[in-house]
Amino acid sequence: MSGFLQALLNPAVPFVRNALIGSVLAAFLFGVLGSLVTVRRIAGLAGAISHTVLGGIGLALFLASRGAPKWISPMLGALVFAILAALTISVVSLKAKQREDTVINALWAIGMSLGVVFLAKTPGYADPMSYLFGNILLVTSGDLYLLAALNVIVIVLVARYYRHIEAASFDEEFAATKGVPVTAIYLGILLIIAIAIVLLQTFVGIVMVIAMLTLPAGTAGYFSRNLAGMMMYATILSLVFSVSGLAVSWTFDLPAGAVIVLLSGAVFLAFSMGNMLSKRSRRNANQQMEPKESA
Amino acid sequence: MGNEEHLPHLPENVAIWCQHLAFRFKDIEVFDDVSFHVHRGEFVALTGKNGAGKSTLLKLIVGLLEPTRGKVLVFGAPPRGRIESIGYVPQHAGFDPAFPIQVEEVVGMGRLSGLSPITKHQKKEEIEWALQQAEVYDLRARPFSALSGGQRRRVLVARALVGHPKLLVLDEPTANMDVESEKKFYETLARIKGTTTILIATHDSDFVSALADTVLCVGQNVDHPHSVHRHAIERAINAPAELYGGDVVRVRHDIELPDNACCEGKE
Repeated sequence: MSGFLQALLNPAVPFVRNALIGSVLAAFLFGVLGSLVTVRRIAGLAGAISHTVLGGIGLALFLASRGAPKWISPMLGALVFAILAALTISVVSLKAKQREDTVINALWAIGMSLGVVFLAKTPGYADPMSYLFGNILLVTSGDLYLLAALNVIVIVLVARYYRHIEAASFDEEFAATKGVPVTAIYLGILLIIAIAIVLLQTFVGIVMVIAMLTLPAGTAGYFSRNLAGMMMYATILSLVFSVSGLAVSWTFDLPAGAVIVLLSGAVFLAFSMGNMLSKRSRRNANQQMEPKESA
Repeated sequence: MGNEEHLPHLPENVAIWCQHLAFRFKDIEVFDDVSFHVHRGEFVALTGKNGAGKSTLLKLIVGLLEPTRGKVLVFGAPPRGRIESIGYVPQHAGFDPAFPIQVEEVVGMGRLSGLSPITKHQKKEEIEWALQQAEVYDLRARPFSALSGGQRRRVLVARALVGHPKLLVLDEPTANMDVESEKKFYETLARIKGTTTILIATHDSDFVSALADTVLCVGQNVDHPHSVHRHAIERAINAPAELYGGDVVRVRHDIELPDNACCEGKE
């Protein structure tokens, strides 16, 4: 671990410090947006958006190799595909609810396959694995500025419209009778999640984005009393998982993204098990109490 | 908003005014030529079989649905323009038990109005008053998912009461409610009756709470099944005990009243 600390302070390896700053900035997004993904039960939807991103990246790299102008970057391709996927899914889910899961899975598979095909036809080295798991040590200062900007936007919007978002997520019908624009809130959340996925996958990878949008918030859900608490605890958990994962991966020379996912997953499973066991023991205790009460 | 000037000028004492209302959902005709009115302070029981369209009618009245033809006015304006006058208790069968939220926060949703911010001042007093009215004050710090079904219903009533609505619309609020909760629930309605116009849907259509001044029946007229009619009520003899948390009256589905029955034939 001391090796990780030394690397952090070593000006010759600024990427370690950047990775840490990136983790902190990402933790807020994972905590806040992940809580919304969890309570609104749109994890599958976020998964589909992030996997279609591979199609956009593949297309942009392919076009660039065929002499397309420089502004067609993988980031732009990812953004276009993510927003298209978010819009497609939201139109389907608002207009024809019964087909939502089919469309989500179709987009997921089609987007990823497109990416693999484009990357195969792109000359030079382009490994789909590097986009699936990313490399947190490759985060640039440009990425950090974009992330910081998105953080500010998300925090301002959530702070201002917290009660409205909470009501629209808990009971859409009632919120609508109070004039809360529930469809606009839903679309806004999807759009911001799509943008966040694009920014985050550049250095943590597609798989880790999904994991971090669901696991810390899912864990926080076991002990949070309200949505704000869930956002806060999920942020703290994301931070702990990212930083400790980074340190472990640096120390043992393991891929950072995968280590962070495994840590988050292990803690989530431990909480799920603990929750199940405590429910069972409470039920048993109640059953033992009852005969005494009636006697 | 633009066509508000074409709205009819209604007497001050009319809370809900429905004129030649029609509603279709996809290819299904739910309502056709429905006309009725409800006065301020009136307690109206809306009865009808499952699937007759009670919930749909309530959603048209609270502005969640738009009529295909005709008009619904609440206190003289379309429901969307009366957000702060309407308190709505939806059926809310499928809430997510994993959603982390406390009773106080659920009730606090009643303060929302569009995207306006909520001031601190609105916060405490309004919520506490509503919690007390629905007799759920002691539950305010509990997780919503830890409550019984009946307690949850009363919390949703408290949420609808925040902001002192002039019209309270309840969609089968006592379905699957325990006797104790049902009693408390009708006590709450009795307290606010008169100052608040109450429209309550119930599927048990032979008897209604004795609080009811008027009974409207959905889809029970053979000649005109997609409509709403006013039926007579009479004192109930041999009514089942423990129904509607207190006294009940019998609905005479065989006696249909004209829509102006409440106005002694005027209007």
